[in-house]
Amino acid sequence: MARTRYATDKGLIARMGATMFLIGLVFTAFILVVVLLLTRYSTVSNGGIIFIAILLGGAMCFGSYYWSDRIALSTAGARLVTPEQAPELHGVIDRLCALADMPKPRVAIAPTDMPNAFATGRSSKVAVVCVTEGLLRRLNTSELEGVLAHEMSHVAHKDVAVMTIASFLGIIAALMVRFAFYSELFGGGGRGRGRGGANQNALPVILVIMLIGMIVYAISFLLIRMLSRYRELSADRSGALLTGQPSALASALVKVSGDIARIPTRDLRAAEPLNAFFFAPALTTRRGELNMSAIFSTHPSLEKRLKELDKISQQLSR
Amino acid sequence: MGLLDTLLGRTKPVPPKLDSLFALPSAAITLQAATDFVPTGTGSVCFRAAEGKAFADIEKDVRDLLSMAGATKVAVSSDSYGFTWLICTHAADDVEGLVTDLHAVNSSLEGGGFGPQLLCTIVSFTDSKSRPLGLVYLYKRGTFYPFAPQSGERRDNALELQVRGVLATELRIEPELGRWFPVWGAPGL
Repeated sequence: MARTRYATDKGLIARMGATMFLIGLVFTAFILVVVLLLTRYSTVSNGGIIFIAILLGGAMCFGSYYWSDRIALSTAGARLVTPEQAPELHGVIDRLCALADMPKPRVAIAPTDMPNAFATGRSSKVAVVCVTEGLLRRLNTSELEGVLAHEMSHVAHKDVAVMTIASFLGIIAALMVRFAFYSELFGGGGRGRGRGGANQNALPVILVIMLIGMIVYAISFLLIRMLSRYRELSADRSGALLTGQPSALASALVKVSGDIARIPTRDLRAAEPLNAFFFAPALTTRRGELNMSAIFSTHPSLEKRLKELDKISQQLSR
Repeated sequence: MGLLDTLLGRTKPVPPKLDSLFALPSAAITLQAATDFVPTGTGSVCFRAAEGKAFADIEKDVRDLLSMAGATKVAVSSDSYGFTWLICTHAADDVEGLVTDLHAVNSSLEGGGFGPQLLCTIVSFTDSKSRPLGLVYLYKRGTFYPFAPQSGERRDNALELQVRGVLATELRIEPELGRWFPVWGAPGL
């Protein structure tokens, strides 16, 4: 009877599940509170704000989810490559797909010297994996394989869908705050004075909704970043187990992180919007240190990632 | 992988399907009757070597096992992608013996817990014009597909589709053409 060497990391799964649950909980609580406030002090304009915010936020999220592959490719300036144009890259991806029983994604290369890779796409049929020319230059075949296995794990785990749904709450909250502020600015104060008692409650309600919206946005921001870090660790783990070479992935991480710190700032600012999709975060100061504290980061720290990969390496040695 | 596993990032490594290999001997006879292709007696198992002592031990055990079994010549090579090929050579007409040995390799790897590292098995054929043809078996899908390389990294697609037509009733041929990935530089082809 075959033993299995590919035990899941139950702690990571539990923490990820708890984070997703909390995001859902905050979302539900927020909607309930807002609905409660509206039914007690309802005015047509407040209901309109909520409705428009949800509609707009929903449309934005759906759009970014549905066209995620096109958006990411055009932002990175990447071009699709055929097997004749990049035989080694296609060969590595072919074999990874056969090992993982995954349909083969489209392959693209981005013409930037900063080493990085990303995978995106709402389903396996429109999935695309993109590497930069800088990455191809710096990594050897087994390190490249580790990075690609990590990226393909993102596709397999449907990370685009999960992160889009998770960020839906934050977007709604932010939009509601903004709309409430504008409606207050343009209409709220004037109406209250003109009509007397009935609309005395309109002013504090809109402020309360704004306040709640800001708090919810802050909480959901932190939770979403935490979820993103757990998804990255999970993709690291799946990628390392797929290839059976966690050390190759670790070595690629060290190479990529070190090189990103040495590249002049001009290149980095171009990469900021795409940061969440990237293999390693492109945030850094001139001195090469991460300039945002850990809770705001979309990726776990390099040390943490290397430590987790070490654990897998020891597991494989037993 | 169920939806919950996907969402929680609990990728389960895909287990290999080992037994479909035993359909090969009769398929070889059908192929020989319908086309000009005969087996060369060479077959190979391709796997991704994992790091660590555990895998190295199992690989060594497998090689010792094969060297002890009589008619087999065993060779090991690795390709430019870091995958290892274990190549067994039998007499040209002994397809059953070849398949049995290949199955022994697979089972040993799977018994050691490294089933997910298996990639594919290729059994090579040739015809009177010395054209190479490989029947590739994908472990994770449990399906076969023909691979006919030509010089300059090109494939004889017409020949591959012809072989698919011949063997469609004998073997489980991979239905998605996108999964017929080219195995350039495979030993024995």
